[in-house]
Amino acid sequence: MTEIVRDRIDVALTVNGEPVEARVPAGQHLIDFLRLELGLTGAHASCEHGVCGACTIRVDGDAVRGCLMLAAQADGAEVWTVEGLTDTGEIADLQAAFVARNALQCGFCTPGMLVAAQELLARGGAPSRGEIREHLSGNYCRCTGYEAIVDAVEAVAMARAGAAAQEGGGGA
Amino acid sequence: MTIAFGNPDRPNSYIGKTVPRPNAPRLVQGRGRFVDDITLPRMAHVAFVRSPYAHARIGGIDAAAAKAVKGVLRVFTGADIAEVCTPWVAVLAHLKGLKSPPQHALATDRATWVGEPVAAVLATTRAAAEEAASLVEVAYEALPVVTDMMSALDETTPVIHPDLGDNLAFRRLHDEGDVEGAFAGAHAVVSARFRTARHTGVTLEPRSILVDWNPAEGQLVAWHATQAPHMMQTVLAKHLALPESRVRVICGDVGGSYGIKVHVYPDEVATAAIAKIMGRPVKFVADRLESFTTDIHARDHIVDARLAVDEAGRILAFDVDDWTAIGPYSVYPRTSAIEGNQVVNLCGGPYDFANYRARTTVVFQNKTPTCQYRAVGHPIAVAITEGLVDMAAAELGMDPVEIRRRNLYADDAYPATSPAKMRFEGLSHHASLDKLVALMDYDALRADQAAARKRGVHRGIGIASFIELTNPSPFMYGIGGARISAQDGCTVRMDPDGSVVALSGVTEQGQGTEAMLAQIVAEGVGVSPSEVRVVTGDTQVTPYGGGTWASRGAGIGGEAALQAARALRDSILEVAAAMLQSEPGRLDIRAGAVVDPDTGEERLSLAELGRIVYFRGDTLPKGLPRELVQTRHFITSEYPFAFTNGVQASYLEVDVETGVVTLLKHWCVEDCGRIVNPQLVDEQIRGGIVQGLGGALYEEIHYDEEGQLLNGSMADYLVPMAAETPDMIVGHVETPTKESLLGAKGAGEAGTAGAPAAVMNAINDALRPLGAQVTEMPFTPERILRALGAIED
Repeated sequence: MTEIVRDRIDVALTVNGEPVEARVPAGQHLIDFLRLELGLTGAHASCEHGVCGACTIRVDGDAVRGCLMLAAQADGAEVWTVEGLTDTGEIADLQAAFVARNALQCGFCTPGMLVAAQELLARGGAPSRGEIREHLSGNYCRCTGYEAIVDAVEAVAMARAGAAAQEGGGGA
Repeated sequence: MTIAFGNPDRPNSYIGKTVPRPNAPRLVQGRGRFVDDITLPRMAHVAFVRSPYAHARIGGIDAAAAKAVKGVLRVFTGADIAEVCTPWVAVLAHLKGLKSPPQHALATDRATWVGEPVAAVLATTRAAAEEAASLVEVAYEALPVVTDMMSALDETTPVIHPDLGDNLAFRRLHDEGDVEGAFAGAHAVVSARFRTARHTGVTLEPRSILVDWNPAEGQLVAWHATQAPHMMQTVLAKHLALPESRVRVICGDVGGSYGIKVHVYPDEVATAAIAKIMGRPVKFVADRLESFTTDIHARDHIVDARLAVDEAGRILAFDVDDWTAIGPYSVYPRTSAIEGNQVVNLCGGPYDFANYRARTTVVFQNKTPTCQYRAVGHPIAVAITEGLVDMAAAELGMDPVEIRRRNLYADDAYPATSPAKMRFEGLSHHASLDKLVALMDYDALRADQAAARKRGVHRGIGIASFIELTNPSPFMYGIGGARISAQDGCTVRMDPDGSVVALSGVTEQGQGTEAMLAQIVAEGVGVSPSEVRVVTGDTQVTPYGGGTWASRGAGIGGEAALQAARALRDSILEVAAAMLQSEPGRLDIRAGAVVDPDTGEERLSLAELGRIVYFRGDTLPKGLPRELVQTRHFITSEYPFAFTNGVQASYLEVDVETGVVTLLKHWCVEDCGRIVNPQLVDEQIRGGIVQGLGGALYEEIHYDEEGQLLNGSMADYLVPMAAETPDMIVGHVETPTKESLLGAKGAGEAGTAGAPAAVMNAINDALRPLGAQVTEMPFTPERILRALGAIED
């Protein structure tokens, strides 16, 4: 380990809506900071080089890989994990759809998968199954074969689009 | 006792329905508790120093620089661990001739594959342990390396374990009927060399274990990502010289297993040994490179096979010569001879024929050890069988569906025994094939294929029938001397509030075990599934059982749960009859209440019954049995295994310019007997199919001639992702096993068993007009272009 990695850096950020101040090793990945220092064990470390998506979290509005970002880089950032997205209810419909469709088996990929799916859904409209598959193609799931996940995301997209159309219709 | 499972209007009709999984909401909220999520006071972390050589003598180990790293507690060599941990030998008596040398948790004098642990560093943080591990200096003396499978037995090839005499681990030959005569008199003979690549499971959660030795209590507790907690209890006790009763293995959430987590790994046993030496909790979580170099590999087979048919396409004989290389050790305690053994047991499995010769040769080499991985041996046997059957159909100008109809065991042929001596209680090959043909609209698909061909688009249809081995009896491991339980138990109890707790020896790996058990117990007792809490994965709490492997959870664990639940129902009704001055036979339990079975009228809620039994037992007749807890254990006894059957189909497109295969759609019809939860079964099938698709198109561990693993990352070892995966249509035929009340067989491996063969046949169906054929998996663009003659060097 080089000296620069051993250095410690002060960071201030918000995590799941709460202010966090910490002194972090310069070489610590954001996913390790969240899991080890904050006890947010929902997102997981798995491939550790940005391929599997198990560590996917939301940073300043984007779904990012917690294993490819250093905690030190999150200074000033707004970070959301599955725990926070659960508390606010933002993805409650998506979580319910995953349970109803059995779009998870072991559940290890699920927190990352939900954050990635919500990023697509937040764009609005009703993405095609191909678009859903493409958007989730960086999130590895060995258990389900993906079809149930695509089904669940598609169902939520259609429900949200329907609700949005109704709201729009009511206002006209 | 009979339960009219076929009647959807029966009371408490939860078996056969899609019931939500009780543990799913927790997992979608990030509230899972995987081993790496657990932190204990004084917990230390271990990192391993692993051999960079495929074969080397271990000289001096210099740990001075490692020990200087801040946070390092201690560095362990193989000799240090050997003082508290005995080596193991992975052989089984019924696999005659199988040999393997003693294996230590940390290599002592020789390293025999790249990744074998040779030293361990314990530190207060994982980062410190990893940094220090990289500073441990091991003096290696390189030794000759054996990497090629087919020359492993040549006289000029070095012997990896001189004490064993040669590099042959195991050999087995089936020889039934007159194979040579059948080939001599055949109308047509087809042959091919098939190859399946080295795979690994790539569980998203790496192997993980956290062990705490408490010398004050004399108890070792291991939180372990495992499929077989009781087996691990035995193993840790035996090799750490502890009484089995003082070892507790807890298996909470597990992030994917697929057979990878049912084996004994040297680094995990070393972690337990270190915890015992240090008297404090020690955690080991593999990183991704460690996963690729030390998780078991599988499926590395080369097979020369031929098939003889008569003029009508009737199968006369199979002749199979299977070779596989298993690394330097047979893996403990299930052994690495099982996969080859399964291949020769299963070839030709769906078909009614007489003459069979199949030999497997299992050799040692200096690569990562191989062992049982989802659908053990099945994908290989099905690829050989179904590949040859399609080649014979093409030779005869016969439709692939028709040749199968002429050869599959008739649906009324059971019981039947195959030429490989596999015994079938009841299968449904023809009903399944008929259903598949209807589901995929076979004729319309053929028309679409022909129309595409006119446009210069090369599409193919591939069919693959298969059998799957499930519900294993002690014939799988127990008779060979392994303490691996084929029986499983379940305790069901009613608490004072009328709710029910079920404790089971089978485990949850995400497949839905706990949901399956909840709905079986709910139906068996007569309560809602939401009133059943299921507890699995704790050797100190649950009845003794085998855990999750060989598709046994529903068939074995589910039956134990049903019998225990029915026994509890009887106990409850005996108390209720006394309270209501009635007879147990004149009462029933429905939706959590004792009712009149004719009118459904509630007589007594279970909560009220619980109140009386637990708090006002004085009001019950003296001597009335009032134990509201029952345990039952179940084991199969009539058949060594409950075979299931099924058939898959693939429709795909081959780009003959680039060699890229695009999967258009996939179908599977399978027969797992009684379906407890249709959604969970369908998703087992789908997930299994995609694991098989990975083997067919993407997955291959590469080594160089020096035994260096070349693609040890998820960027280099390709697995199926969402974008490549097709939608899958799943259908069922139900032929319940008569061995149990429940009638369930296994469903966990059917998808993986048949998918590679279906894809191979579909690719060859697409390529056949071009005179090309592929039989070496995975079917990469390069291999397809070579088959087409587009690449020639």
